Amino acid sequence: MSESTASQPAADKSSDTQTLEEFASREYEWGFVTDIEADSAPPGLNEEIIRFISAKKEEPEFMLEWRLKAYRQWLKMEDPTRRAPSERWAKVSYPDIDYQSVVYYSAPKKKELSSLDEVDPELLETYKKLGIPLEEQKMLAGVAVDAVFDSVSVATTFKDKLSELGIIFCSFSEAVKEHPELVKKYLGSVVPTTDNFFAALNSAVFTDGSFVYIPKGVRCPMELSTYFRINAANTGQFERTLIVADEGSYVSYLEGCTAPMRDENQLHAAVVELVALDNAQIKYSTVQNWYPGDENGVGGIYNFVTKRGACRGHHSKISWTQVETGSSITWKYPSCILQGDHSVGEFYSVAVTSKMQQADTGTKMIHIGDNTRSTIISKGISAQRGQNTYRGGVKIMKNAQNARNFTQCDSMLIGDRCGAHTFPYIEVRNPNGQVEHEASTSKIGEDQIFYCNQRGLSTEDAVGMIVNGFCKEVLAELPMEFAVEAQKLLGISLEGSVG
Amino acid sequence: MLNIENLQASVGDTQILRGINLQVNAGEIHAIMGPNGSGKSTMAQVLAGHEGYDVTGGSASFLGRDLLDMNPEERAREGLFLAFQYPVEIPGVNSTYFLRTGYNEMCKHRGQEELDAMDFLSLVREKLKLVEMDESFLKRSVNEGFSGGEKKRHEVLQMAVLEPRLAVLDETDSGLDIDALRVVANGVNALHSPEKAAIVVTHYQRLLEYIVPDYVHVLYKGRIVRSGGKELALELEEKGYDWVKDEAVGAAV
Repeated sequence: MSESTASQPAADKSSDTQTLEEFASREYEWGFVTDIEADSAPPGLNEEIIRFISAKKEEPEFMLEWRLKAYRQWLKMEDPTRRAPSERWAKVSYPDIDYQSVVYYSAPKKKELSSLDEVDPELLETYKKLGIPLEEQKMLAGVAVDAVFDSVSVATTFKDKLSELGIIFCSFSEAVKEHPELVKKYLGSVVPTTDNFFAALNSAVFTDGSFVYIPKGVRCPMELSTYFRINAANTGQFERTLIVADEGSYVSYLEGCTAPMRDENQLHAAVVELVALDNAQIKYSTVQNWYPGDENGVGGIYNFVTKRGACRGHHSKISWTQVETGSSITWKYPSCILQGDHSVGEFYSVAVTSKMQQADTGTKMIHIGDNTRSTIISKGISAQRGQNTYRGGVKIMKNAQNARNFTQCDSMLIGDRCGAHTFPYIEVRNPNGQVEHEASTSKIGEDQIFYCNQRGLSTEDAVGMIVNGFCKEVLAELPMEFAVEAQKLLGISLEGSVG
Repeated sequence: MLNIENLQASVGDTQILRGINLQVNAGEIHAIMGPNGSGKSTMAQVLAGHEGYDVTGGSASFLGRDLLDMNPEERAREGLFLAFQYPVEIPGVNSTYFLRTGYNEMCKHRGQEELDAMDFLSLVREKLKLVEMDESFLKRSVNEGFSGGEKKRHEVLQMAVLEPRLAVLDETDSGLDIDALRVVANGVNALHSPEKAAIVVTHYQRLLEYIVPDYVHVLYKGRIVRSGGKELALELEEKGYDWVKDEAVGAAV
């Protein structure tokens, strides 16, 4: 295990006198004018741009104020990516990000469509190629889709059926307009704007995302699904997702991502907040396969995401399941704050790093309430020159009686140029807390592959099978249709990494 | 069916096989015996195409094709099966799924129709009886937590499902008690037919009481130093390997 160093020596940071603050407060040098008719904002970030975004989205005043406040806080925060390598806590390295070259708003040309027929056929074609069945198949599959294409939701189905049950499932923009009281109450209540640099940035400039509210006692009858895609070149994506499960309700939410080939690094800094009240359950599943960059790490997505759930009510439960195969850099810790007594937090994760990918991912389980329980199952797979880090925090607070945690953290290495690292942080302040931690590291055996070969399987199929077996406990947590997709994805992601 | 001429193989700088000659015809069972370290297992692994061994000379043809030119999965699909001495565990991979994937690869190769999960299950159930295995095996992960005997039975089960033309059994008897040995041997015998052949690699004569070979070859220091009928095995049992060792040394001088 060795400390990571910056992948390019470049611009020696000490002489880089240009502070972020100067950077951000600088007047927009190409003479920016707020043009409400424009389909996208010019690159760069300042208060004007934030006003532009807010105006574009016809937001109420409170939203604009909230954004501006976040923006002003962000200006004062330190960019963790610019810290000296020795002071970085995440085991990832990358060149500096120029926040002024990012386009913070871009919308597809057509908007406000009432049916799928009005959707750009080219767009539908792209979805088809990606295997996203946006059309009627979805009804059979029982999945409602809120597709985020670039920054505006283009199509939302199943809404009527859901609204009969009082379920709100809509784009975030719509929620701001239609349900401002809910947004006001819960937005930022799990991930405050000051939480971290990227959460603050997201709060200032997020363009869209999804909003879900499940009323008391309602069990959402279908998996809710959103396909995020990043398409327009050089457009940073700042989604915002907020899911509120009221007392005694249940919802399963799927998030899947794909992105086409791209040459420039793209910054992706989403924020996801989950709130589970008394006896409520939220299951949040992610399959992420954004462009990982080429063999040299060029062109991949930077995935700096803040995901957190609050088990506010007693007997509430939040379950995160993720299969992460994409992005050049992933920095992500879906966490649970177990406030309610008897609340349960779960984290099931598969993270694959191949090529030059770097992932620093894991979870935080904060036990506050009595008899709270958490389970962490993490499977990391490294191939080629991939670097995979599990970083997990388990914290049992002083007043949390009889809290329990079980952590299992397995790493698999393919080849001898990759790395796997494990950093568990455990903090127990209550003497009757119970914490278990198991960890293993294995190398995918040539003998295993040979054994499969001898039974007629090609090496690629063998690797796919062995890796899927390794990840079985996590894949089993995914909803059926997602699990199949995830299995294929694991095979595809590791193609060419053996032999 | 299998024609090996002057086959030489090494691991790193160590030469292990120093010129093996062997011809196996359809319908025959050949036993390869020899003391530890004589190269028996290496020979089995080399035939199956293990990349850890470098073939440094000689040739081998299987059903008229150049065996050494094929990668391991091609050899398997052509009908060469290796029952491993130490079957590896593949955690999380269901045995039935594993076996069906292999089976369907063979089908694809032969241009036959692949079997779906249901049809395959009935096929496997039939074969399970042959090795006196419980159906609960099918739900377990490949070799994970299997006892030594279970692993060996599992190998024979796979052989029964894949129906190879040539089966190479690498010390399938090692670590088996007498009952398991009988089961395994019965399985192998039941699968034998005039179109098929088998090479049984073993250290002890014991297995050959159950699987009766047509030919017995003694391997020593990477060469076949003696060949004969099944009675050779008995002679070995009686006189021990020192006898062939001395003879081999004598011949070399």
